[in-house]
Amino acid sequence: METLFFAIVSLVAIISAILVITCKNPINSALSLIMTFFCLATYYVMLDAPFMAAVQVMVYAGAIMVLIVFTIMLLNIRVNATQKHSHRILLGSIIGFFTLINTIVLLVKSQAAKPVGPFTGDMIRNIGHSELIGREMFTTFLLPFEITSILLLVAIVGSVILAKKNI
Amino acid sequence: MGIEILGLPMMYYIAMLAKVLVAFVFVLLTVAYATYAERKIIGHMQVRLGPMRTGWHGLLQPIADGVKLFFKEEIIPSQASTFAFLIAPLIALIPAFITFAVIPFGGTIEIMGYKIPMQVAAYYDTTAGQVFDVNVGVLYILAMSSLGVYGIVLAGWASNSKYSLMGGLRASAQMISYELSAGLSIIAVFMLSGTLSLTKIVELQSGMGGFEWYVFKQPLAAFMFFICALAEINRTPFDLPEAETELVSGFCTEYSSMKYAMFFMAEYANMVTVCALTTTLFLGGWNGPFAVAVPLLGPVYFVAKVYFLMFFCMWIRATVPRYRYDQLMHLGWKVFLPLALVNIVVTGIIGYFI
Repeated sequence: METLFFAIVSLVAIISAILVITCKNPINSALSLIMTFFCLATYYVMLDAPFMAAVQVMVYAGAIMVLIVFTIMLLNIRVNATQKHSHRILLGSIIGFFTLINTIVLLVKSQAAKPVGPFTGDMIRNIGHSELIGREMFTTFLLPFEITSILLLVAIVGSVILAKKNI
Repeated sequence: MGIEILGLPMMYYIAMLAKVLVAFVFVLLTVAYATYAERKIIGHMQVRLGPMRTGWHGLLQPIADGVKLFFKEEIIPSQASTFAFLIAPLIALIPAFITFAVIPFGGTIEIMGYKIPMQVAAYYDTTAGQVFDVNVGVLYILAMSSLGVYGIVLAGWASNSKYSLMGGLRASAQMISYELSAGLSIIAVFMLSGTLSLTKIVELQSGMGGFEWYVFKQPLAAFMFFICALAEINRTPFDLPEAETELVSGFCTEYSSMKYAMFFMAEYANMVTVCALTTTLFLGGWNGPFAVAVPLLGPVYFVAKVYFLMFFCMWIRATVPRYRYDQLMHLGWKVFLPLALVNIVVTGIIGYFI
């Protein structure tokens, strides 16, 4: 049942990922990308990480993609105006090929498939995924968390300065 | 009873199918009759009668409206982006309906030794002997509501018309701004409950004869969430995206026939969902006197509370004038957002000392 479900979701993910790069209209590409993100969220659910799934949909599909769609809408790009360069395709395929090799090596050689450490699947299921993330984030990783918040604050101040002409 | 399909008992499938049907039919019927109720209630508030001709006191009006919209000619503007134009109403409608999946509309009933939780996205595990539900239910709702923006943005853009684009832009800016305040205001509830599961949040409100509601502990959060949710689903007084006097009809100007009806259904379905969510988070969900002892009373209380809140929405529509756009943004970013943050801090401090 789960394998069948995985196969269906993967099929949708792959088809929509291909549509992202083949669609002529950028809005349709953006829609396909949203679909791909949604499929990724489904994978997170299947990996017992519901919090990650919800955040994936909220942040990527709900916030970042809205920005991209906004940009496309406001610039009013109807049909993809960029020309196709063969060397770009070549460069893209080389990068894609190396990424594939990298992923395969990572899956085979490392412990990505069978993670070790204190956080086992049973523990996550018992305590709750969001609770574990929250506890770790505000105790063990408090300093990186605070540094990230300062980084975000800098970004907000920067965007205000860029947007306002006279402060 | 002992029959198993793909490792799950037969009752699992029957219960799931029944729950999906009940919830779906409930939302659809409520949506259909909310349009009628809205016209009737506003009519009586303005000393009119509202629809009277179709059926007894106009009771068949939603059906007549539906048939009329169904048989209207469907027009796709020649300059529109066809794919986005066609898919936009669906994107608006589907999140509005599937949000209802995680809302518990009753307690757990037991049929032939199989417990059925009255919540679509919950099931009874026979081997563990325990009821499981979506443990990030609230996040799921926030995620789905953030997807609802696309329907409106796409509708506005794909129509290739000035009014639609303006309506779409207004709607998306408004929805994104108020999503933030709505999300922040319910964090105070999680700080009290300590869980994101809607079932547990409802259970935690069952004390004091079913009246230990979070609205009494978090009145500010409840008020802010309801107002922000109204703004997020573009209800009056925040229905700027479809302000008739300025924008004709906003993002749905170019839509006709069933697609127009779908936008309307999405709007009312969103209203049902928001009222159901407010009920669940702040008004004790299906809790009430004797609701724990008599499980069938749960859905009755739940529906009564949801309908009361929907009546409240219609009441607001009949009395409050529409906001101006800059006032709306001011209210969202400079009033509700800081208030929500202050509420979180105050809740944290009080929670630390108690």
